[in-house]
Amino acid sequence: MAPDTAPSAEAARTASGTGAERSRRRSSRTAVLAAVVLALLLWLVLYPNLYVLADSLRMSGRWTLAAYARFVRSPSELGALWNSIWISLASVALSGLVGVPLAFLFTRFDFPGRRLLAALAAVPVLLPPLVGVIAFLFLYGETGFITRGVQLLLGLRAPPWRLNGPAAILLVHTYTMYVYFYMFTSAALARLDPAQAQAARALGASGPTVLRRVTLPLLFPAIGGAALLVFMTSMGSFSAPYVFGGGFRVLTTQIFVSKLNGTPEDLALAAVEAVVLAATSLLFLGLLERLERGRAYTGAGKGIAPVRRRGAADVGAGVVAFLVVLVLVLPHLTVALVSLVPIGTWTTELFPPRLSLVNYRLMFTEPARLRPILNSLSMATTATLANVALAVAAAWLIVRRSFRGKGLMSALVVLPWALPGTVLALALATTFSVHAPWLGRFVLVGTAAILPLAYFIRDIPLVTRAALTSFRQLDPAVEEAAASLGAGPARTLGRVVLPLVLPGLLAGALLAFVTALGEFVASILLYTHATRPISVEILSQLRAFDFGAAAAYAVLLIVVMAIVFGIGQMAAADDAVRRGGG
Amino acid sequence: MLRLEGLEKRFGDVVAVSDLWLDVGRGELLTLLGPSGCGKTTTLRMIAGFETATAGRVLLDGRDVTTLPPQRRGTGMVFQNYALFPHLDVHENVAFGLKAQGVPRADIPRRVERALELVDLPGYGSRKVQQLSGGQQQRVALARALAPEPPVLLLDEPLSNLDAALRERTRSELRALLKSLGITSIFVTHDQEEAFALSDRVALLRAGRLQQVGTPEELYLEPANAFVASFLGRASFLPARVVAAEGEIVVCELSGGVRWPAARGGVDARPGAEVRLMLRPEAIALTADGADGAGSLPGRVTERQFGGATTLYRVETPAGEVLVQAGARAAAQGDTVRLHPADASAPRVYPATEPPSR
Repeated sequence: MAPDTAPSAEAARTASGTGAERSRRRSSRTAVLAAVVLALLLWLVLYPNLYVLADSLRMSGRWTLAAYARFVRSPSELGALWNSIWISLASVALSGLVGVPLAFLFTRFDFPGRRLLAALAAVPVLLPPLVGVIAFLFLYGETGFITRGVQLLLGLRAPPWRLNGPAAILLVHTYTMYVYFYMFTSAALARLDPAQAQAARALGASGPTVLRRVTLPLLFPAIGGAALLVFMTSMGSFSAPYVFGGGFRVLTTQIFVSKLNGTPEDLALAAVEAVVLAATSLLFLGLLERLERGRAYTGAGKGIAPVRRRGAADVGAGVVAFLVVLVLVLPHLTVALVSLVPIGTWTTELFPPRLSLVNYRLMFTEPARLRPILNSLSMATTATLANVALAVAAAWLIVRRSFRGKGLMSALVVLPWALPGTVLALALATTFSVHAPWLGRFVLVGTAAILPLAYFIRDIPLVTRAALTSFRQLDPAVEEAAASLGAGPARTLGRVVLPLVLPGLLAGALLAFVTALGEFVASILLYTHATRPISVEILSQLRAFDFGAAAAYAVLLIVVMAIVFGIGQMAAADDAVRRGGG
Repeated sequence: MLRLEGLEKRFGDVVAVSDLWLDVGRGELLTLLGPSGCGKTTTLRMIAGFETATAGRVLLDGRDVTTLPPQRRGTGMVFQNYALFPHLDVHENVAFGLKAQGVPRADIPRRVERALELVDLPGYGSRKVQQLSGGQQQRVALARALAPEPPVLLLDEPLSNLDAALRERTRSELRALLKSLGITSIFVTHDQEEAFALSDRVALLRAGRLQQVGTPEELYLEPANAFVASFLGRASFLPARVVAAEGEIVVCELSGGVRWPAARGGVDARPGAEVRLMLRPEAIALTADGADGAGSLPGRVTERQFGGATTLYRVETPAGEVLVQAGARAAAQGDTVRLHPADASAPRVYPATEPPSR
């Protein structure tokens, strides 16, 4: 203690003033950035949806519940709601029945090629929504390979089945959505502590009892999470009902139809349909969040690799696995084969008589065919760059700073995830078709800006989540170490923070890029001929019966997606090596 | 060299550090010691510039750096978890500070290698950080902080992630290295043994307030208050009353009527004052009952802890419980014994009102 230095207490007070000033300056910079990010999110994520809500309550300038009354009184509307719900519940059940046993198959049995087949079992991820639908058309549709094969085999005069209605929708849903169950359950099984099952066996429980009383309850949070995800995805699914639905209506297709009808009554009805759909989805998002919080105990397992069985059962398991995976990659193979068929050369034969690369050549050389590719590339790039900028700012604020409105920001960045693409498209179409700058409304519909905007909004949760994870894994002491070594904010950002955050951020950005590249649901409501994206072009080629051209685009999307997932896997492995070694 | 003037840090209503005055001399190795939450790390972070003081000043070589950002202070820092840059190899980690400070490119390899030689890792430059053991990572972190030759080095519990044997060896190597470089160092730890082994001086903090600063010997032998006495080493406290005072020595009467001399310290202990008498286990002698009883405290051994080099006895006496250090065969559990002060200046008195915490 140094009482003789007391006179400098005056100086100390002065210094305290500047110190407080500096931290005030820093917190005011935070506040400004937070305000900008929040304003952007409110304007683009929340505001358009509020317009839909308002539109559902308004007709010819008056507030009214008339549209809701029309919705509840109309059997076809209630029917569509009911169809959406039961199709979603059935999708959950069927996806679970495929995905959960498959996860057990690959984690509990050992057979040659297990790792390769386990990786291939996730291939439906590599199909953009519309591409999955047309692959099924080529396989099981009236002129599909399987359909024709069965027809020829049995000598039938008519196709043995027609691919339409609820059955067709459920088939596509199960194929594309079991992956959630498969991946969640596999991950949870890998985390399970085998000692728990062994303890149950030691206490005298039989194999089935252990499964029923110990393993499944421990897996429940993972399976429940997958179920809710499938339900939400299924409620928002548009491509399958749109292509296969025929007279079978669900909410998403109803929104599309009502919007296209375009009378004031129908537009209000479209808004009501969107509100009902969004409310259902938000309800399930809320449930999902609660479930995720409760999942913590699953992670308590030691992560010891389970002891795999070896024996006669493995042979059977291997055969089953091989057959299942064959069924799973069939759509990809089919799309690839169809893409080699020149238009008009394939009529009644089981296999196409002529194969050539003409569709690919035309796709890259004919300006009208190249246009959608260039459109999608530039729009997806624009959207992704914007996503990265917003995600870095939002994630940095949420992880590293404290400010008012943090909870709101965290909620807004996940909100688009809960809103089906159809609802978003309707919201954008409503909000940005009017010129009212003082209300934050501009005419963007029909311009080149509307689709990148839609892609940007849809991918906010994906990229922000990736950025949040990266920032949370970044030890703040590493930034402090850089500063203590004399590095200013710019050098710290450029040499330390970005190189460390980049792998995760890049993986998220690439994923967003491919999602935007193949986006269909919002595009179909918002595109113009000049800005038509790949997915819309696929649809119009299908309608023109040029299946080969449609399939060539689909192959392009699949290849880009496969490359991106490959990069993501490598980045993740690289990251694991980097973090795990110490 | 480094001077803290009335430093204070508040987080909202919580006062983490308050009115801290401290002078650290050139080349001195000072430890900030205290229980967790005492403000030692906050103090270190205010010196480094990661936290801004809410009052007071930080002076480096007479220069007021209170409001300077960390990168403009020139203080080197070794972090508890080392905070090595995982995307850079050992050479790039050590070179980071040199590049940031604009050292000519041609000089960098030589200076990096010299820093690595200091920490006994020559030739490790091309290793990946993850390929190193915890002890090696700790040394790379030290080399990285030392390479730019900072005037002051700050170390935030740098040994706490090492295992016990390695920690003890690293401790003496670290002290030898820092002293040979003559670098002014401030070391944060909650481990008293570490603080004593490493430091020229120790500053003991509690709840954001400086309790005492001095050499390890001063703190242990002349603790300024009961907290310092009980935080550093073992101590028993017995209620007592002062019956006589003569210069620095007072005579206390314990309950039971036994009278023992004690050092007054800074306490205002007039005859009649109620105090607490602090006894170090090694400053008390233990004899078997029946020996000379004059001025000794009778008691019964309730617990015996054999610890190899020393054995501790817990003795229940009419004046209270006393911890005594004695030979391994001095007594057995249940024995009745007698306690004597072995060193008249070692027992100290403290005010009765301030309870020992911990």
